[in-house]
Amino acid sequence: MSKIKPSKGAPYARILGVGGYRPTRVVPNEVILETIDSSDEWIRSRSGIATRHWASDEETVAAMSVEASGKAIADAGITADKIGAVIVSTVSHFKQTPAVATEIADKLGTEKAAAFDISAGCAGFGYGLTLAKGLVTEGSAPYVLVIGVERLSDLTDLEDRATAFLFGDGAGAVVVGPSEEPAIGPTVWGSEGDKSETIKQTVPWTDYRSGEVAKFPAITQEGQAVFRWAVFEMAKVAKEALDAAGLSPDDLDVFIPHQANMRIIDSMVKTLKLPEHVTVARDIETTGNTSAASIPLAMERLLATGEAKSGDTALVIGFGAGLVYAATVVTLP
Amino acid sequence: MAATQEEIVAGLAEIVNEIAGIPTEDVQLDKSFTDDLDVDSLSMVEVVVAAEERFDVKIPDDDVKNLKTVGDAADYIAKHQS
Repeated sequence: MSKIKPSKGAPYARILGVGGYRPTRVVPNEVILETIDSSDEWIRSRSGIATRHWASDEETVAAMSVEASGKAIADAGITADKIGAVIVSTVSHFKQTPAVATEIADKLGTEKAAAFDISAGCAGFGYGLTLAKGLVTEGSAPYVLVIGVERLSDLTDLEDRATAFLFGDGAGAVVVGPSEEPAIGPTVWGSEGDKSETIKQTVPWTDYRSGEVAKFPAITQEGQAVFRWAVFEMAKVAKEALDAAGLSPDDLDVFIPHQANMRIIDSMVKTLKLPEHVTVARDIETTGNTSAASIPLAMERLLATGEAKSGDTALVIGFGAGLVYAATVVTLP
Repeated sequence: MAATQEEIVAGLAEIVNEIAGIPTEDVQLDKSFTDDLDVDSLSMVEVVVAAEERFDVKIPDDDVKNLKTVGDAADYIAKHQS
């Protein structure tokens, strides 16, 4: 039997840089109220959302990703040619093939980096980060770009009063590279396919094409079931991720949950009994729920505003359609 | 030992007070969670989860929507507690 030379990776991996892109158009609740019977007060009290960004025709999934990635690469202090793989998590790129990651890798000027899309809903960032860490430590890529990007405004039913106000557009990206010390903890992740109806696309594309349904597909969810699962089950997962990293809530500086809903965030914080000193990402107020993009966008904003700083220890958790989830502890870039 | 209806209502009153800040004396059998006690659909989930723990019952999501009043919830808990 021939002996195969093993690959050699970095001892550990870390997030080296983060970047975000928020579309130019800011959409206040007043605009949402043009198509649903609700109120600014109702939307704010149920979701904590005051404004969100909606992408223009030019702000495509690829264009927003390139912008966010360029910032992340600069923040990491490397150049695009060093990127060995590009992982894009999205549910709102409307071309089944090719993967949008290839176009992004090309536009960024990578040297034929491996590029592929993944589908893990609002947990997509954590899934991508976990893959990236594996690639860097296993040796298949020296640096990996992980992008979470969504144009959820394209998948929003503006006449559905339960979700019309919820979603936003944007892109967030991180560069994962080698580290001498552990800086991305073990991932606690999983799926619960028995709950696949809880958050879903209303109908398959084929039903729309055949004319079986007249309305373009949109994302819909069972609010109370999602809330219960997100707050109480995901708090357990977050705790497991902390345990897996060998840390306690007191060791945390920052908590960056997927920006699903302010009420979920507040309730998780309460359930997790996070100490007062832990900074909690509440980017949802002005960004809405951007699914896979929400964690890197929130991370970027916390660092930009100085609410969090480089080297801080952050617990990140994503959860959503699938149902799927992923939580880990990271050192902020 | 299973809780009496009186104990269940008192427990629910404490839970609603903790979650929604409603005075415990306002939590009466005929009161609607949404209309009278200002407990919205998401707070209702928190009330339900707290009640599950306190009274050792399971209240599935599908049943939550049928619990309109404090009396509905008290009856449900009395019937399903182990």
